[in-house]
Amino acid sequence: MSDSLATVLLAMLAGSLRVSTPFLFVSIGECLTEKSGRINLGNEGVLVLGAMVAYATSYETGSPWIGVLAAAFAGLLLGALHGAVCSLARVNDVAMGIAIMLAGTGIAFFFGKPYIQPSAPLLPGIPFGWWSGSSQVQNALLVCPLFLLGIAAAIGLHWCFNATRVGLRIRIVGDSQDAALALGLPIDRIRFLATACGSALAGIGGAFLSLYYPGSWNEGLSSGQGLMAVALVVFARWNPIYCIYASLLFGAAGALGPSLQTVGITWGYYLFYAAPYIVTLVVLIITARGGRSLAGMPGQLSIGR
Amino acid sequence: MSGASAVPATAAPAAASAPPTADRWYPLRRLAEALLAPLLALVAAAALFSVFLLFLGQSPLEFVELVWRGAFGSWFSIQNTVQRAAPLLLTALCVALPGQLGLVIIGGEAAVVLGGLMATVAALPLVNTGPWVVVPVMAIAGAAMGAFWIGISGWLRAKLNVNETIASLVLAYIGLALFNHFVEGVLRDPASLNKPSTYGIGEQNMLDLVPWLEIHPGLPVGILACVAAWILIYRTSLGFASRVTGGNLRAAMLQGLPVTRLILLACALGGACAGLAGAIQVAAEFGRANASLNAGYGYTGILIAFLARFNPLAILPMALLLGGLDAAGGLLQRRMDLPDATILVLQGMIFVMILASDTLYGRIRWFQPRGGA
Amino acid sequence: MPSDPRSFPMMSRRALVQGGAALAATAGLGGTAQAAKDTVIGFIYVGPKDDYGYNQAHAEAAAMMKKMPGLKIVEEERVPETDAVSKTMESMIKLDGATLLFPTSFGYFDPYMLKMAAKYNDIQFRHCGGLWQKDKNPMNTGSYFGYIGMGQYLNGIAAGHTTKSKKIAFVAAKPIPQVLINVNSFALGAKSVDPSIVTSVIFTGEWSMPVKEAEATNSLIDQGNDVITCHVDGPKVIMETAERRGIHACGYHVNQAKLAPKAYLTGAEWNWITVYKSFVTDMKEGKPIPNFTRGGLAEGFVKMSPYGPGLSEAGRKNVDAVKAEMMKGGYAVFKGPLKDNKGNVVVPAGKALAETAIELESTNYLIEGVNGSIG
Repeated sequence: MSDSLATVLLAMLAGSLRVSTPFLFVSIGECLTEKSGRINLGNEGVLVLGAMVAYATSYETGSPWIGVLAAAFAGLLLGALHGAVCSLARVNDVAMGIAIMLAGTGIAFFFGKPYIQPSAPLLPGIPFGWWSGSSQVQNALLVCPLFLLGIAAAIGLHWCFNATRVGLRIRIVGDSQDAALALGLPIDRIRFLATACGSALAGIGGAFLSLYYPGSWNEGLSSGQGLMAVALVVFARWNPIYCIYASLLFGAAGALGPSLQTVGITWGYYLFYAAPYIVTLVVLIITARGGRSLAGMPGQLSIGR
Repeated sequence: MSGASAVPATAAPAAASAPPTADRWYPLRRLAEALLAPLLALVAAAALFSVFLLFLGQSPLEFVELVWRGAFGSWFSIQNTVQRAAPLLLTALCVALPGQLGLVIIGGEAAVVLGGLMATVAALPLVNTGPWVVVPVMAIAGAAMGAFWIGISGWLRAKLNVNETIASLVLAYIGLALFNHFVEGVLRDPASLNKPSTYGIGEQNMLDLVPWLEIHPGLPVGILACVAAWILIYRTSLGFASRVTGGNLRAAMLQGLPVTRLILLACALGGACAGLAGAIQVAAEFGRANASLNAGYGYTGILIAFLARFNPLAILPMALLLGGLDAAGGLLQRRMDLPDATILVLQGMIFVMILASDTLYGRIRWFQPRGGA
Repeated sequence: MPSDPRSFPMMSRRALVQGGAALAATAGLGGTAQAAKDTVIGFIYVGPKDDYGYNQAHAEAAAMMKKMPGLKIVEEERVPETDAVSKTMESMIKLDGATLLFPTSFGYFDPYMLKMAAKYNDIQFRHCGGLWQKDKNPMNTGSYFGYIGMGQYLNGIAAGHTTKSKKIAFVAAKPIPQVLINVNSFALGAKSVDPSIVTSVIFTGEWSMPVKEAEATNSLIDQGNDVITCHVDGPKVIMETAERRGIHACGYHVNQAKLAPKAYLTGAEWNWITVYKSFVTDMKEGKPIPNFTRGGLAEGFVKMSPYGPGLSEAGRKNVDAVKAEMMKGGYAVFKGPLKDNKGNVVVPAGKALAETAIELESTNYLIEGVNGSIG
C-alpha cells in the first residue's frame, strides 16, 4: 500500500512538472493582461495557434527554438488583434476573447493539416535526475527548459509589477482608470501592449505542448488548458508567483487519474480525471470573499465588477 | 475601453431608451442602427474571408454559392440548417438571460448533457405510459437539472462572489465528468455494446418532426422560448430590474433591487433552457443519453448570444446563420476540398467583425436622438 | 493519405487552382448532374482524416479508391454522431448523387444510418463496426468489420518476446467490447510466450485526448512496463512517447513505424481497401453487396506492419508461425479454460472461441493476467 502511495505521489510530482508548463505560461500571460484591466479568454486560441506554429516552424527550420520564437510571435499578433479591437469603445473583451479563441483555433487547424503527419525536432530536456538510479525519478526530473523559463518569467513579472515604473503603470491602469487619466498615462497603449505580450507568453505555452510534452501536433492537443489558465489566475490572486503554485497543483491533480489506475484503483476514473477542476472549484470557493472584491484583483477588470 | 463598457452592449441602447424629447422616428432609426452595424460587419467578414480564399487560390464566388446551396438553397438545405440551429436557440438563451445582469455564463454545455441525462432518467420508469406523459416529464426534468447546474454558478456568484464565468467553466468540466461516469457506469444499458448509452426511452415516446414541414421539433420550442424571453426582458418589471442591474450593479443595490434573487433567477432560467435543449435532443434524436449529447451545442450558444448582443429575438437570425454555416460545411469539404476548419476560420472572422462593430453604435449622428437640448 | 506533407492538397497552390477550376465547372452546372455517370461513393469520418489512426485507415483506402476509374469519392471529416450525420448522408445522396455510403464511425449506425436507409431504399449503406441483423435491419444496409484482435494477439506475442520486466501495457479509450477483445488478445498473446507476463491497462475515457494518453503512457512506463500498445483513435502520441522513453511499442490502426523507428516491434493495421474493392466489384458486376462482412488476417482485412529492429529473431519466428496458422482460418485465440481477472470462468474448458464467434462481440471482461477493471 505504501508502495502504491509512493508511486502515486511520484507520478503526481512528475505530472506536475510535465503538465504544468502550458498552464504556467498562459496564466502568467493572462496575469499580465488582467493586471492592465483587460481579460483575454482568447488565450486558448493563442495556445493552439502557438502549438501549431511552433511545430511547423521547427519542422521547416529544423530548430525547435526558432519554433518557440515563432509561437511567441504568433501569440503576439493574435494578442495584438485582441488588444486593438478591445481598445475600441463599447467592445466587450470577454466576448472578443471567445472570438479570438475561435479564430486562433480555426487558423491553427486550417494551416496545421499538413503538419500532423511529419515529425519535427523537439526541445531537449535537462536531466536533473542524473543522480538517481531509478528511471522513474530520472524521467520525473527530466525538465523542459521552457519550464525553467516560465518560472523565471513569473519571478521577473512579479518583480516588474512591484519594483519597476512599467509595472506600476500597468497596475495603475488596471486598478483605476481615473487615477491613470489623472496621471496622464496612455491607457489604451498600455493595455494593448500588456495584452499582446501576455498572448506572446501564452504562445510559448503552446510551443511546449507541441515541442515537448506531449510533443506532437494534432487537433486534439489542447483540451481547454488555455481557458483553465484564466481560472488559475483568479485562484492565484493575480500574483505571478502564485501562478507557479497554481499550475503545479493543477498539473499534479491531473496526474492523479492515470496513476491511480496503474496501482489498481480503477473505479470512477472519469471523476478522478476531473480532479483538477474540482480542486480549482474548491479553491475558488474557499478563497472567495462574499460580497467583497478579491484581494489583488485589478479594479477595472470586467469580470470583477 | 473602460471598465464600464465591459457591460454587455445590450445595456447601452437600453440605457438610452428614454429619449429626452419626443423624437418619433428615433425608435425606427435605432432599429436601423442595430441592423446596419452587424450587416456591415458581415460584409467586412465576407470581404476578409474572400481575401483568404483568393490567397489559397480558391474562388470566393464558388464559396458563396456553395454556402447558399448548402444552407438555404433548397428545402432540404433549410431543414438541415434548422435542425442544427434548433438546439442553439435554447443554449444561446442560457448565455443571454444571465447576460442581462452582466453575467457571462460559459458552461451551458454541461447543462445540456446533464439535462439530457436527467430527462432520460426521469423517462425510464414511465416508458409504458405513452408520449403524452413521457415528453412533458422529460422536459421538466431536463429543464430542472439545467436550472440547478447553472444555478450553482449563480449562487456562487450571488452569495460568495465567486466569478461566474470561471465557476461555470469549471463546473462544465465537472458536469461532463459526472455525465460520462453515470452513462458509462451505473446507468449504462449493458446491451449498448460499443457506444455506451443509457437505456432507451422507447421509440413510441420519441418526438416526431414537425408535421408538414419535416423540421426538427426543437425549432418551435426554441422560437417560443426566445419570444418569451424577449417579453420577459423588455416588457416586464422583472426584466427592467434585470437590465438596470446589468447596467450598474451598485446603483441597483442602492435602489433596493433584489440583486441576489435576480441573479439566481436569471441563471436558473438560462440553465433551464439549456437543460431543455438536452431533453429535446434526447426525445427527438438520440432516444437515450450518450456521448452524442456532448456535441458542442453549449459552446456554439455562447457565440450566438454574443452575436445577438443578448437580445433574444436577435438570437433567431444568428442561430440560423451559424446553423447554416455548419450545414454548408460538409458541401465545402466535398466540393472545394477545403478542410472542416474552414468554417471555424470564417466563424472566427464573422465573430471578430460583429463584435468590433459594437463600436459603431452611437457614433453615427443620424441614428441618434434629436430635438430638445 | 500520403505521408509526405507536401502532397497534401492545401500546400500546393497550383493543384488547388486546377482542382478549384474543375470543381467550379461541375458545380456551376447544378449539383446532381455530375460528370459522366461515375459511381459516387461517400465516406464519412468522425474525426480528422489524418489522425494517424482509425480515421486515417479509412481515408487511406478512400484515397486509393479515388485512383480507380469510374469512381467518384466524396468525403466529409469530423461529422459528429448526431443527426448531423443523417444530414451529411442525405446531402451526399441528394447533392452529390452518391449511391453507396460508408459511414465509418460506430455511433452512426443506430438510429442515423438505419433511418436514412429506410428513407432512401435504393441507396446502399455499409457501416463499419455495427452488428447488422437480418431480421431487424433493412436489406440496403449492412456492416463490415475486421478481426483485428488477431493482430493484437500477434502484437502480444511480439511483446512477450521483448519484455524484460514481464510487464506490458495497454492504453485504451473506453471499456467497450471492441476494445476489450483487443486488450484480452494482446494479453493472451504475451501469455502464450510466458504465462507470468502481466498486462496493465489504463482507460482514458476519450477516443482522442493526446495529453491524457501521454500521461497514461508515462504512468505505465514509470510502473516498469516496457512494451506498450493501445486502442485509441490516434495512437501518435503513445508511439512517440514510447520511443522517447526508450521502451518498445506495438502499433494499432495504421503503420506507425515512422513515429517510433527504434521502439516499433510490429503493429495491427486495418487494410480496408480489400473490403471496399470487393464491394465496388460486386456493385459493378451487378451482384448484391453483402450485408454482413467480417474478415481477419486470412481475408486481408487486417495486416501486420513489417517488423521493427527491436524484435528478436525468436520473436519473429514465433509471430510468423502463429500468423501462418491464422492464415489457414478458424484460429482460436480464446481457448478454455479461461478465467477473467475476477476469477470467473468466461470460456469453459474444452471450448474455443474462434475470431468469428459472435459471443466475442459482447465481451465485457478482462482476462486473468490483466491489471485493470472495466467498472
